[in-house]
Amino acid sequence: MKKFTVTAGNAGPKVRSDCEITLELKERGGIEIDLTSKVKALYGDSITSLCREVLTFFKIRNARVTVTDSGALPFVIAARIEAAVRRLKDTDLEFLPELIKENMYSTTGDRFRFSRLYLPGNTPSMMLNAGLHSADGIILDLEDSVAPEKKDEARILVRNALRQVDFRGAERMVRINQGEAGLKDLQYVVSHNVNLILVPKCELPDHVKIVDSEISAIRKRTGIKYPVFLMPIIESALGIENSTDIARASENIVALAIGLEDFTADLGVPRTAEGKESLYARSRLVIAAKAAGVQPIDSVFSDVSDMEALRQNVMNSKALGFEGMGCIHPRQVAVINQGFAPDESEIEKSVKIVAAYEEARKRGDGVAAVGSKMIDQPVVLRAQKTISLARKLGRMPKDSSS
Amino acid sequence: MAVKTVINAAGRSVPLEINGKPVIPFKGVGKHRPVGGKYSPPIPVCSDFPDNGNKVVRSLEEALKLCGLRNGMTISTHHHLRDGDLINNSIFEIASAMGVKDLVWFPSASFPCNDPVIKYLDNGTINRIEGSMNGPLGRYVSDGKMKGTAVLRSHGGRVQAIQDGEVKIDIAVLAAPSADSFGNARGTGGNSSCGVIGYAKADSMYASKVIVITDNLVDMPCFPMEIEGNYVDYVVVVDKIGIPEKIVSGTTEITKSPDRLLIAELTASFLEKSGILKDGVTMQAGAGGTSLAIAVFVHQILKQKGWKSKFGFGGSTKYMVKMLEEGQMGYILDAQAFDLDAVKSVETNPNHVPYPVFNAYNYHSKGNLTSMMDIMILGATEVDLNFNGNVVTHSDGYLLHGIGGWQNCLHARNVILPLPLFRDRIPVIVDEVTTLCGPGELIDVIITERGIAINPLRKDLIKSIKGSGLPLKTIKELKDEAERICGKPKKAQFEDKIVAAIKWVDGTVIDVVRKIKTK
Repeated sequence: MKKFTVTAGNAGPKVRSDCEITLELKERGGIEIDLTSKVKALYGDSITSLCREVLTFFKIRNARVTVTDSGALPFVIAARIEAAVRRLKDTDLEFLPELIKENMYSTTGDRFRFSRLYLPGNTPSMMLNAGLHSADGIILDLEDSVAPEKKDEARILVRNALRQVDFRGAERMVRINQGEAGLKDLQYVVSHNVNLILVPKCELPDHVKIVDSEISAIRKRTGIKYPVFLMPIIESALGIENSTDIARASENIVALAIGLEDFTADLGVPRTAEGKESLYARSRLVIAAKAAGVQPIDSVFSDVSDMEALRQNVMNSKALGFEGMGCIHPRQVAVINQGFAPDESEIEKSVKIVAAYEEARKRGDGVAAVGSKMIDQPVVLRAQKTISLARKLGRMPKDSSS
Repeated sequence: MAVKTVINAAGRSVPLEINGKPVIPFKGVGKHRPVGGKYSPPIPVCSDFPDNGNKVVRSLEEALKLCGLRNGMTISTHHHLRDGDLINNSIFEIASAMGVKDLVWFPSASFPCNDPVIKYLDNGTINRIEGSMNGPLGRYVSDGKMKGTAVLRSHGGRVQAIQDGEVKIDIAVLAAPSADSFGNARGTGGNSSCGVIGYAKADSMYASKVIVITDNLVDMPCFPMEIEGNYVDYVVVVDKIGIPEKIVSGTTEITKSPDRLLIAELTASFLEKSGILKDGVTMQAGAGGTSLAIAVFVHQILKQKGWKSKFGFGGSTKYMVKMLEEGQMGYILDAQAFDLDAVKSVETNPNHVPYPVFNAYNYHSKGNLTSMMDIMILGATEVDLNFNGNVVTHSDGYLLHGIGGWQNCLHARNVILPLPLFRDRIPVIVDEVTTLCGPGELIDVIITERGIAINPLRKDLIKSIKGSGLPLKTIKELKDEAERICGKPKKAQFEDKIVAAIKWVDGTVIDVVRKIKTK
């Protein structure tokens, strides 16, 4: 027998910026709304009229709705009602809040991905200010941070967040689930101006290819023109062994990430701060990524209180060749951004190298030197890369060569 | 019967009479100039007191009876025992048992532990509270349940009202962590140490009768005394005046919220780049998580630059104490100690000096400490497009906080309000504040996570911050952004009944709070 009463969303003393909707279908009597909210005096009317609008949209005419609100914004309330409705009946309709103009941007394959901040996909309070912390990317996570029975409501919330939350120029990423669930996730996010999809637990090139072709199908169906990039995450021994092929599995791949919690579990060893147990895997992944011309991205650092240890970790990571790292707390962003960007002495040295090289070339001299050190072509190339990075980051004037 | 109201200089409709007594509408900042002398309490005669100096009586009840407790009296208390206070409620319990009615409670602040007085408001023992009220007490007032009209004053305004006789205290009941039998008392020592008891000083000097109540009777002289025995009528000794762990927080902690930390960082950066933060700076910041984080960031900057703050004015916390101990602050002048580190520092560090609010904030003093402060970090529940601030009501109209020292602190050189742009969907920047507590001309900078708005009156600040790369916006832009995210809130609905008066620092009425409209 079909259920007639369902609940979606979250309520409780610690819940903020969210609401819980209980929806009970009735035979008659119209829409009855029972609202509890600490912002009732200010937004009570706006909340009840939104409830009515969404229910009418889904052609529900008789129902009793109980809203327990803790300051949810309209896109959250709409997502929670839609989730409740979808638990009661199958529908192809989607109640889409406006796609704000601030979010109508695309990204490019070669942009920096030093920091990418994970946000649990079913926790609206963490989404609202996420864009303020200057992460290069924001990940709305549908995978590990969302409980299995909450996946359906998280998809709708993430879709609405992609349309409504201003992430202030961060690359807007979604981490989908594995397998079938992941393909379903795509239906909810691809056509809402998502910039990049993280594909978790990749072990075979096919894992990426399936996602890639599903995205293509959605693109064709919806007619979207902007690029949707892919970042496979490798989290097992088999994945590491296949990383070279995974990195080349689609031309939409722009980065390859490693997930060390699952990887060390797969090896059956504890994850240490020093990271000896994953040294080979990390180096292997860096080489696979670089060989394929994509960015190697390191795993998150889980001690959010120890910024000094994080700084050390970033230094090691950069030394191995990684070009970015995940963040699980906004306070990690600055440390990571700073760590992966070239520092003053690197920039200064690079400027000297390039200047010496230009000088030698003008003289028609094949050999350039800084001080007593000879510099050859690869050194010059790296220096040029550093300078262009520094310019893009605003650490050097754009048009001067020194 | 409708009360006669006028529009005051801040454009607010206020009554000419409160609790049956005439009041003066706000005239503008610094405009009110009372004439005549200060109020003086009845003149005592020393021979009425025991020759051996021993003023100890058996109980608080006996002391209250000896003071002649009767209907309609004004009873004052201080709030240094904060949420651990065990004395204030018992005064009204005794009065209620005696059948006394219509008392006016005049606390320097109240805390959640004082919620039981609602019982004595209900049964008529207390007519009204003239002081801050939080949480349930504020709600009680906003629902129109208190018999008299509440009067909210700043810490300095409270001293002003005592000194110019607007409030005549009949009996002051002053809890003291240490006292001797003559009535000399201080805020340190014993099991209930709260560091300082400066808020009680004016009460002790101006009340008709003064009771000191302690759980730590020491040999005379109780030194160094903050309250002098010459002013004290009776001393009462009890087992316990407070619950230590609720008197001060064991430890105050900086905020862990990444968004608040961002605001704190932005504030420190603003202080540095505007040139407000400099060698010899004087400053005050509160004990809220964001203020503490600002103190930490400011400390880092002082250290880096090799600068030193001449003095800080407390509310002291361990973060201020750290500045003092590590050499980035010369002195702490302290009106209240918020945590155990601060209490310990007052007890042991000669450069950490009790400094009663009496000297710091009072309108009738010959000068104002807060006007000498370079940096003042304050909060608010709302700020409006004219930079007016509200600290007592929320946007839903409920009275939920006291004024504290907020109004007094507005006289500092640079008043900076670090605030989130919205709290749980409620925008902090609004068209017009629900309740006006401080005029916008005194509020200089609003710092939110989404941008900084400088009061257009502060052309100097706007100029000094130019080209700093900080996210400057107009206050209107900030308001619009908040409404774009949250939606435009409806205004709170009130009935005509006035439930509380908000006094300005000079004793004039700047605004009122009205009863919440019930459908």
